[in-house]
Amino acid sequence: MNEPTIVSFLCNWCSYEGADKAGGARLNYPANIRIVRVMCSGRVDPELVIQALKEGASGVLILGCHPGDCHYKKGNYKALRRAYLLKKTLKQLGIEEERVRLDWVAAGEGERFAEIANEMAETMKNLGPLELS
Amino acid sequence: MAKRITIDPITRLEGHGKIEIFLNDNGNVEKAFFQVPELRGFEKFSEGRMAEEMARITPKICGVCPTAHHMASGKALDDLFHVTPPSPAKKIRELINSAFLAEDHTLHFFFLGGPDFIVGPQAPAGERNILGVIQKVGLDAGKKVIDIRKRLRNIITKQGGRVIHPVCNLPGGVSKGVTKEDREEYIQTGKDAVEFARFALKAFEDIVLKNKEYVDIIVGDIYKHKTYYMGLVDEDNKVNFYDGDIRVVDPEGKEFARFKPREYLNHIEEHVEPWSYMKFPYLKDIGWKGFIDGKGSGVYRVAPLARLNVSDGMATPLAQVEYEKMYNILGGKPAHNTLAYHWARLVELLYAAERLLELAQDEEILDPDVRNIPTAVPDEGIGVVEAPRGTLYHHYKTDDNGVITGVNLIVATVNNAASICMSIEKAAKGLIKEGKVSEGLLNMVEMAFRAYDPCLACATHSLPGHMPLEINIRDHEANIIETVRRL
Amino acid sequence: MAKPKVAFYWNASCGGCEEAVIDLNEDILKVVEAVDIVFWPVALDFKKKDVEAMGDGEIAVSFINGAIRTEEQEEMVKLLRKKSGLIVAFGSCSHLGGIPGLANFWDRETIFTRVYKTVPSTANPNGIVPQQKTNVPEGELTLPEFYDTVKTLDQTIDVDYYLPGCAPPPDLIMNAVTAILEGKLPEKGAVLAPEKSLCDTCPRGEKKPEKLSIKEIKRPYEIIPDPEKCFLEEGIICLGPVTRSGCGERCINANMPCRGCFGPTKEVIDQGAKGLSAIASILGVEDEEKMTEEDTKKLIDQIVDPAGLFYMYSLPSSLLKRKRMA
Ligand code: SF4
Ligand code: SF4
Ligand code: SF4
Ligand code: FES
Repeated sequence: MNEPTIVSFLCNWCSYEGADKAGGARLNYPANIRIVRVMCSGRVDPELVIQALKEGASGVLILGCHPGDCHYKKGNYKALRRAYLLKKTLKQLGIEEERVRLDWVAAGEGERFAEIANEMAETMKNLGPLELS
Repeated sequence: MAKRITIDPITRLEGHGKIEIFLNDNGNVEKAFFQVPELRGFEKFSEGRMAEEMARITPKICGVCPTAHHMASGKALDDLFHVTPPSPAKKIRELINSAFLAEDHTLHFFFLGGPDFIVGPQAPAGERNILGVIQKVGLDAGKKVIDIRKRLRNIITKQGGRVIHPVCNLPGGVSKGVTKEDREEYIQTGKDAVEFARFALKAFEDIVLKNKEYVDIIVGDIYKHKTYYMGLVDEDNKVNFYDGDIRVVDPEGKEFARFKPREYLNHIEEHVEPWSYMKFPYLKDIGWKGFIDGKGSGVYRVAPLARLNVSDGMATPLAQVEYEKMYNILGGKPAHNTLAYHWARLVELLYAAERLLELAQDEEILDPDVRNIPTAVPDEGIGVVEAPRGTLYHHYKTDDNGVITGVNLIVATVNNAASICMSIEKAAKGLIKEGKVSEGLLNMVEMAFRAYDPCLACATHSLPGHMPLEINIRDHEANIIETVRRL
Repeated sequence: MAKPKVAFYWNASCGGCEEAVIDLNEDILKVVEAVDIVFWPVALDFKKKDVEAMGDGEIAVSFINGAIRTEEQEEMVKLLRKKSGLIVAFGSCSHLGGIPGLANFWDRETIFTRVYKTVPSTANPNGIVPQQKTNVPEGELTLPEFYDTVKTLDQTIDVDYYLPGCAPPPDLIMNAVTAILEGKLPEKGAVLAPEKSLCDTCPRGEKKPEKLSIKEIKRPYEIIPDPEKCFLEEGIICLGPVTRSGCGERCINANMPCRGCFGPTKEVIDQGAKGLSAIASILGVEDEEKMTEEDTKKLIDQIVDPAGLFYMYSLPSSLLKRKRMA
């Protein structure tokens, strides 16, 4: 069976590093995670997230630096608000909130990255594909 | 052999209302169907919306009478949030509504319905339009029509933000007060509107009432239906467009019911037919007996003539005189003559203009206290106003957050749905005999239909009254054997 | 020289876009002088077969309002496309789906059930709903098919230009007509309205503080807004930042916030997503570091119907187009 695709937007400074660590440490995380490197989680526009879902992703993962650690100071606060409002909106449109997940992964947290990625993959498996018309 | 006649206003494919007439073996009319082929579903998609947005959403039911929806919605929201608008706000709303009623009735009489009379029911169809009217009443008068409409609509724009789909109503009042400057303008517009309405009535008298042929048509049997009538009245049983109780009289003019908006469900029910997207309301106490008139049938009518029939008079002096005159000539109340809707419309035009002037002249209209902020938990609200085309019901339910959980709408024209079918059938029966379709049928059916000023925009989108018609007479295999067409 | 032929047509619309044309008042005479109106069901008696009889591209321009909801609307606009040189989507419904597009939160069945079965005034013991074909004793009656999903005009046919607004204002209509007559049209696909956002032209915009921050969201009925201040400053959500200008700030003039009927500005694909993004950006910014995740969520939860609010006019034209039905 086709594994559901997960598009993940990783901030360049913390989360991308974290994912790199996970890779380097040969930690197990699902292959169907497509990584898009962005400068900051605050740069992930809701339009992009919807576009990813529209184009076949079953879920979207947005990872940024922990609160207080954003290299642009406040990008991740903005990301939090946008993701939460977006999830509320998507829910009204029949898209389960779990399909969009925002979380924090620091540069050193390779394990945390793998854990989140695996959880997300599991959730997507349970939810099944999105099948938007 | 059974035949079928299709009157397809604006052709079948464009689908904005369709009439099917079936003949029996003798070639006489067996039954007529008036079908509405479109639905938009506001009752459903309003669920989940913030209640206060309803006043901005529901006007899109109809771009011809958005102000009526905006008013009904505003009142339903007051009720829902348990808040009473301050007196100046109520007056501002009624001012806007009066301006709207006056401009809409003007549009109908001069552009749409009136040409039948002013130019003449037998006149070539090509002349029965606003240009023909201008020829008959003079160019100056034509300019007057355009000018007064523009100024009346300007009042709505000023207060409501936009004239097509105003936005000023909120639970507890309006978003904007009246400035001194604007008020001066409104007073002038009110004065001119009164003059204009008198001019319109005078034209009606000279052109229609002094012509025996026209009067005979108005009082003739083809355009008569003995039904119940419904409309809003004030505490003195005078016509009111914005507020009051709903009164229903029986075909003899006796009060049948008088109820508050909140009680409407005890009195009205709607019947569904599989062949139309439009529903058919009737009086619940009597029940749905089919498309028939008389005291035993629950069919009732709304809009100008119905409003005058349910009331004991008009609340303004000049309109009252015209009201009395009308019933004197028609031989008492209630009047059942469908074509008298046009006349009643002009009496109402005068009332709306007088009321507009009264309100504009009222000092209180300048009071900036135009909003009360609701404090109670919202739950359920019902708002009723008189739209130009009849009694309009908005009914909303919400959760504690004021998010809509249920909506019911009974839109003005829909109240007349059954009687429109009946009027069409009756006109057809009078004019189709033994398979022969009289040449006059098109005009006559159209006039029956037009008298109601059916705002199908509310259910479809046809601008009222202007319906190019085509009748195809078909044999039972649907082959066209004759086509009559009004260009 | 023969006058250019022009057609007007309507689909799932309210008639307001037609009124907008009538509201040109005296200007309508100029239009009538300059063009030859060959099809306008609301006002003139020309029929579908008259259109069919025309040559391809014979109509210079067709102005089409209303969203697409039934099969017969779809057929008609396809015919007009074939016969017209230019197609202009006229008004929010045609451009974006408009208010009737909110029906995309549901489908045919849920709408029929509510309207014909469960509303409190309907007495319908046999559960009758309208049918495409009904056999009455006298014969068969038909109704057009009602689609599950409301579509915009450009999801149905190729569209050359858009005239935005619910309804489009008279000056933009006249500008468009003039541009067409003079052949001074922008590139295909353009919206015939200014490029700026509503905030750029809004009189309240100038007084807007450099850095906006919303501490508490207010619904329009909860406060009496200062007619001088930006709505956002007062906590009332206004879609001005993501809405194209050109309407004349009509709602703002009535002291009411914008709901986005003009659609998005040029770069934006999804007006709702952009709108929620813009609003989310300024919620509680002032104290963002101090707010816990819970605080933030509580603030955002004050927006009770984000999908309905941010997509009020544009759901059918959004990336998702409609609600995903379970
Ligand atoms: S855009 Fe607005 S005015 Fe035009 S048809 Fe749609 S709802 Fe009516
Ligand atoms: S947000 Fe609204 S009120 Fe504020 S400047 Fe923009 S359009 Fe004007
Ligand atoms: S303010 Fe916004 S909603 Fe109002 S007319 Fe202008 S664009 Fe449309
Ligand atoms: S840089 Fe990592 S979230 Fe902003």
